[in-house]
Amino acid sequence: MKKLAIGLFAALTVALMFWGFYQAIYVAPIDAMQGEIFRIIFYHVPSASVAFLFFAISLLGSIGFLSWRRGKPDWAQAADAWALAGAEVGVVFCTVVLLTGPLWGRRAWGIWWTWDARLTTTLVLWLIYVSYLLLRRFAAGPQVQTLAAVLGIFGALDVPIVYMSNRWWRTQHPAPVFGGAQGSGMDKSMLGPFMWNMLAWFCWGVLVLILRYAVERQHQKNAAREAQEALEANI
Amino acid sequence: MTSALWTHLIKDLRIEWRSKDAINSMLFFALLVVVLFSMAFDPRGPFAQQIVGGVLCVATMFASVSALNQAWAREIRHQVLDAQRMAPTPGAELFLAKVIANFLFVTIVQVALAPVFWVMYNLNVQGQAWQLALVLPLGTWALVANGTFFAALAIRSRNRELLLPLILFPIFLPALLAMVVATTSILTGESDPTLWIKLLLGYDIIFTTVSLLLFDVVFHAE
Repeated sequence: MKKLAIGLFAALTVALMFWGFYQAIYVAPIDAMQGEIFRIIFYHVPSASVAFLFFAISLLGSIGFLSWRRGKPDWAQAADAWALAGAEVGVVFCTVVLLTGPLWGRRAWGIWWTWDARLTTTLVLWLIYVSYLLLRRFAAGPQVQTLAAVLGIFGALDVPIVYMSNRWWRTQHPAPVFGGAQGSGMDKSMLGPFMWNMLAWFCWGVLVLILRYAVERQHQKNAAREAQEALEANI
Repeated sequence: MTSALWTHLIKDLRIEWRSKDAINSMLFFALLVVVLFSMAFDPRGPFAQQIVGGVLCVATMFASVSALNQAWAREIRHQVLDAQRMAPTPGAELFLAKVIANFLFVTIVQVALAPVFWVMYNLNVQGQAWQLALVLPLGTWALVANGTFFAALAIRSRNRELLLPLILFPIFLPALLAMVVATTSILTGESDPTLWIKLLLGYDIIFTTVSLLLFDVVFHAE
């Protein structure tokens, strides 16, 4: 039943992504100011939203693991799997953001990269979560979950400070397209394709996240079974 | 300030006083970084004033990693670390003692390096020099408090010496930025460093508090 649901969701996601691609490339009109290059927004912004959402899931997983590790070991294991899955898939989406951004920047600003508040924050965020994944790889044994959860909390605490410090430093990134000042917002003809792409990439992200979570849970179960077998073999 | 904190602090200071391992290695390492940067960037004229703040902070940062790795690795021999885990005192006191000790070591290194900077980079402070006495300790505290915490975290892993800079530097980045910008603005006198000093203070308060709260979790992780 679970597998069927995931399979259906996967099929729906793939269909949505085809539809989103069609909307982004063929339906949305050419931007009056930027030309074709603006279509990157259909990939850049959804990936950034998904990445930030998944890092938040990772933080919640870390907090959950630390608070449940004594009383409810089963919940704690699930929370740890969410923390790992969120960080790993988040890093992938964050990489997409960091790759698509310069492609757009080269045309719009004339430079690939600039040390602006949001660019730097995203880069530092990416660095923090890569270091989180490195810790998970390097630290062996059962304490790795605790150590990773602590680092996850530290990393999340750092994000607002990084953002504030860089905002004071310098800012070049375009102001928020949505909900910003006057004159912000998209033309209606672009809003539809944008929302379809948001939905498609969100579903795709959730699908990968769920699969990664399932793999990690299976991994935990195998490790627990092996430990149990080793224990019983000794008796 | 309780007796456990004092005991740990005095023990660490005494070990350092007898061996001088940390200070000597940090001092030489920082000197090397300064020379390397001088070779790489050719600091002459007004350009020197622009980069010297960054060189000072980065040199301190690299040098302190070598000492911070030793801070806990030293305790592994003769199972001292296990003994400290079993001791009926809060881990936070042990942590704070280590931070204070390492803070003193790094500060000594910075004070010793100051004349070198003065000579090699032809320093003349355009802004208010007393503010440096605020910026450098605050930045050093940020580095040492986080570094000691992450060293305790990294000690539980394989390749611990490699892991510490990998997890410390990304988290330390905003403090480094604040430290560098504040130092540079004091040296060049071109802008007001107050905002950056506040940022450093906030960073110190936030991360020291969280470290004190979470240290026991890391220290007793099993």
